[in-house]
Amino acid sequence: MSIQGSLGTFLGVEMAKPKVGFFELSSCEGCQLQLLNNEATLLEFLSLLEVVYFREGMTEKSNDYDIAFVEGSITRDDEIERLKEIRHNAKIVVALGSCACFGGVNQLKNRFHDLEWVKKEVYGDYPISTRKAAPIADFIDIDLEIYGCPVKKEEVERIVSRLVLGKAVTHPQYPVCMECKANENICLFELGEPCLGPVTRAGCDSWCPSNRLGCWGCRGPAPAANFKQLKEIVKRYNIPVERLLDRLECFGGFQNIVTDMRGSGGKGENET
Amino acid sequence: MIFKVFPAEELAALYELLAVNPIVGPVLKGRDKKDNALYDFALTSGFADLALDYGQTMHSAKKFFLPHREDLCTFTLSDHDWDKHVDYGAYQHTVLFGLHPCDINALNKLDKVLMESVYPNPFYGAKRSNMFIVGHSCSPTPSCFCRSMASDSVIRGFDLFLTRLDDSYFAEVNSAKAYHLLEKIKSYHATDRDHKLFRHAVSEKNKKITAQVDTSDLTKILDMEFHADVWQEWGDKCLSCGTCANVCPTCYCYGVEEEVDLDLRHARKEKLLYSCNLVDFAEVAGGHNFRPESHTRLKYRYYHKHRGFVEAYEESLCVGCGRCGNACLADITVPEVIASVRGGDNNGK
Ligand code: SF4
Ligand code: SF4
Ligand code: SF4
Ligand code: SF4
Ligand code: SF4
Repeated sequence: MSIQGSLGTFLGVEMAKPKVGFFELSSCEGCQLQLLNNEATLLEFLSLLEVVYFREGMTEKSNDYDIAFVEGSITRDDEIERLKEIRHNAKIVVALGSCACFGGVNQLKNRFHDLEWVKKEVYGDYPISTRKAAPIADFIDIDLEIYGCPVKKEEVERIVSRLVLGKAVTHPQYPVCMECKANENICLFELGEPCLGPVTRAGCDSWCPSNRLGCWGCRGPAPAANFKQLKEIVKRYNIPVERLLDRLECFGGFQNIVTDMRGSGGKGENET
Repeated sequence: MIFKVFPAEELAALYELLAVNPIVGPVLKGRDKKDNALYDFALTSGFADLALDYGQTMHSAKKFFLPHREDLCTFTLSDHDWDKHVDYGAYQHTVLFGLHPCDINALNKLDKVLMESVYPNPFYGAKRSNMFIVGHSCSPTPSCFCRSMASDSVIRGFDLFLTRLDDSYFAEVNSAKAYHLLEKIKSYHATDRDHKLFRHAVSEKNKKITAQVDTSDLTKILDMEFHADVWQEWGDKCLSCGTCANVCPTCYCYGVEEEVDLDLRHARKEKLLYSCNLVDFAEVAGGHNFRPESHTRLKYRYYHKHRGFVEAYEESLCVGCGRCGNACLADITVPEVIASVRGGDNNGK
């Protein structure tokens, strides 16, 4: 990364202050909002970076950036062009949040085979371009994914400070249960609720189970996820498998698993 | 050992005497869907919080001596230098009130590894040395198999151990502090009658312990059965979630993370409890994973507890509290796993 503007020093070493842009495709902009949310650390966060493009936070715009944080999934043809342009401009492209990583909530519409019908139900006769929702990695190479719907501000901060310092960025390999047990929550299954904690990648500090809500899998699959066993668990707790599938389908991270579980000819295959 | 007895209603007075310190004890945490009570250890704010008739808590009391996350050190960075700060996290004496024998035995085992070994762990040691422990007799649950692990009674590692008799408490006094404490409430030296009542209470308790693990020759059998198919079968069920280690009173493995704060002026080295069941537990620099398959990791946990530790310390690292089996969503329990590995015992083939 070329040094564009100095951040000052870290232990006497001159540090680069990367130019970054925040971009949104089809999304609720909730992930970007998360970044602005933590007033306590916002100034420090922004002083690490030279933000050159952030529609939600500033008016000036520039196409000269090192790191592009892309929020949102692709749901229109013109977004593909825009995404490719971002890829062209940036040295590092980061998929920010579940929409960018997996398609997110947007990909729920892919369950309908007849997209024309969906369009008419939602928009009536208003002319609008749409296509099946897809993660950005379907169209460009990406360098890093930051999971979550929304992303967890603390995690983004940790990742950004690692990027700035040139340290390796790692994600937890363990599932949400690990954090949930550390937080000493009552397991949702004991309360009769389904939870995707056993198969979902951690990093959110068991956000939902700590609030007595089962995990919906917004961070996508954990590397060693055991879906066969999850299905057994759900059955043993007398929870309809359909409720499990609904959850697995919600954010798009488990698309292949859902297709497998529903069997061939099932809804939910993704267009790439 | 000195044995004393005091009327049951004096227990509240004992609690109050100790209450100049924070008191951690079993509390009712909630109820499951079938209305069963769920307990955990927590800081209490009054005697009424204590649920001393608990069967087993969901989690062990581990967070009070081996927190899930703990800073090993923090740094303040300047341009050409840094200051390192180490805080063992023991600011005051803490009372653990109502531990069962399994959990006190668990502490004794941890002491061997974390205090009496070549490289003692001062974070654990600082907290452990500042603990006052009041043990309490238990109402065994169907998953307790402590008798098999020789952890159903405890002879050291506590200040006071209380066994409930009909309308009094039988107190095993194991420290000068505890002795002086009992002088401040209505108590008397145990009589022959009390000894009898105590032994009756213990034998009644023992009758209620039904789960079992056959530990005879277990280290050798585990050696023989290293390649047994049953490991694969359990591994296929395992979710690699780490829940078993998290709730276990004796699991102490950890990982270390280093983070620099956003201001680039502060940094910390943080320890987080880990589990050998997690997929990257045996992954080393360069990316090689020595135990990429679930069953090899699950097996490792059993080999550490029931073979390696036994060979090193002549006792198991499992106290038979049953928590891991209760918490495991895949229903993987120690008695069943060990029984399945021993499966061939009676075949003679
Ligand atoms: S509530 Fe969910 S995340 Fe927590 S232990 Fe249970 S299954 Fe795992
Ligand atoms: S608990 Fe699950 S759904 Fe909730 S934030 Fe974490 S990963 Fe997302
Ligand atoms: S044995 Fe059970 S609790 Fe332990 S990692 Fe496997 S599934 Fe999780
Ligand atoms: S291995 Fe299981 S039964 Fe044994 S001490 Fe740990 S949690 Fe208790
Ligand atoms: S495992 Fe044994 S010592 Fe522990 S609670 Fe159960 S009966 Fe008591």
